[in-house]
Amino acid sequence: MIHKYQARIYVTLRPSVLDPAGVAVESGLKQLSYDNVEQVRIGKYIELMISAANEETAHEQLDRICDQLLANPVIENYRFDLVEVAALMGALS
Amino acid sequence: MKFGIVVFPGSNCDRDVAYVTKSLLNQPTRMVWHQETDISDIDVVVLPGGFSYGDYLRCGAIAQFSPVMQQVVEHAKQGKFVLGICNGFQVLTEAGLLPGALVRNRDLHFICDRVPIKVKRTDLPWTSAYTAGQVLTLPIAHGEGRYYADADTLKALEDNGQVLFHYCTLTGETDDTGNPNGSLNNIAGICDRTGRVLGMMPHPERASDPLLGGTDGIKLFQGLLAKLADETLSSLSLAK
Repeated sequence: MIHKYQARIYVTLRPSVLDPAGVAVESGLKQLSYDNVEQVRIGKYIELMISAANEETAHEQLDRICDQLLANPVIENYRFDLVEVAALMGALS
Repeated sequence: MKFGIVVFPGSNCDRDVAYVTKSLLNQPTRMVWHQETDISDIDVVVLPGGFSYGDYLRCGAIAQFSPVMQQVVEHAKQGKFVLGICNGFQVLTEAGLLPGALVRNRDLHFICDRVPIKVKRTDLPWTSAYTAGQVLTLPIAHGEGRYYADADTLKALEDNGQVLFHYCTLTGETDDTGNPNGSLNNIAGICDRTGRVLGMMPHPERASDPLLGGTDGIKLFQGLLAKLADETLSSLSLAK
């Protein structure tokens, strides 16, 4: 049986990397008088569909996908959630 | 010496480099399409500036998986020369041929300017036509050119003499005022451990024809050619 999952992937700059865009947005928020806001960091959100025999396999493959392309481990961290969207019977496909 | 200039979809400095190597320096030059899988005829591979694959995801991130890049990695492994300029530098870091990464400029601006660049060492072919400590004027044009690497990598780069170019002030001070984009250690160009793979954000090809108002860049190519000619001569005499 093949399962289909939606992956929701969050790529963020590592804390040691300066995020000037985040600093600019933070100053914009301060302009709007949101003085209680700090540490704005801008990252990327990626969605994709992935088919796999089970969640563990999908998880392993996504780890590789993130390491190889979606995130650059030199400057970025990533995390993701997997949500099963449909369980397709092999016979149907 | 035969130059091969890789053309990714979105490269836009490829012809500028070809103009320098072919028209100004009279070297055999061919454009290498990113789908090519045989570049064994090439002596010096150049990854030019531009916006490969639209710089989508991250600058150079998608270009690193172009078919030609496997050949470029192989080329480098054989000890042959690779030059990455601007976007080409970004591709080299993404591909792991050079350490670190190029991230968004400190002040968020795309910077298009001519800036002072200080030459750190001159015992490598790339910089052999310069003098140590010489301050060049070279064009830069990038939005993501701030060199970043972790502290250990930075230390290793400096200790191994892998930093060839620093951003500096007009008088050659490598301090914050001479740092246009916030690069760590004012790094503008680095090479790998072998010294044969060079990545730099400044554009030497745009400072090669006197018509463009500066010629500090052409010496990079001239120095390389002179050293390569020496190497060929000595290997020929060894073969005798």
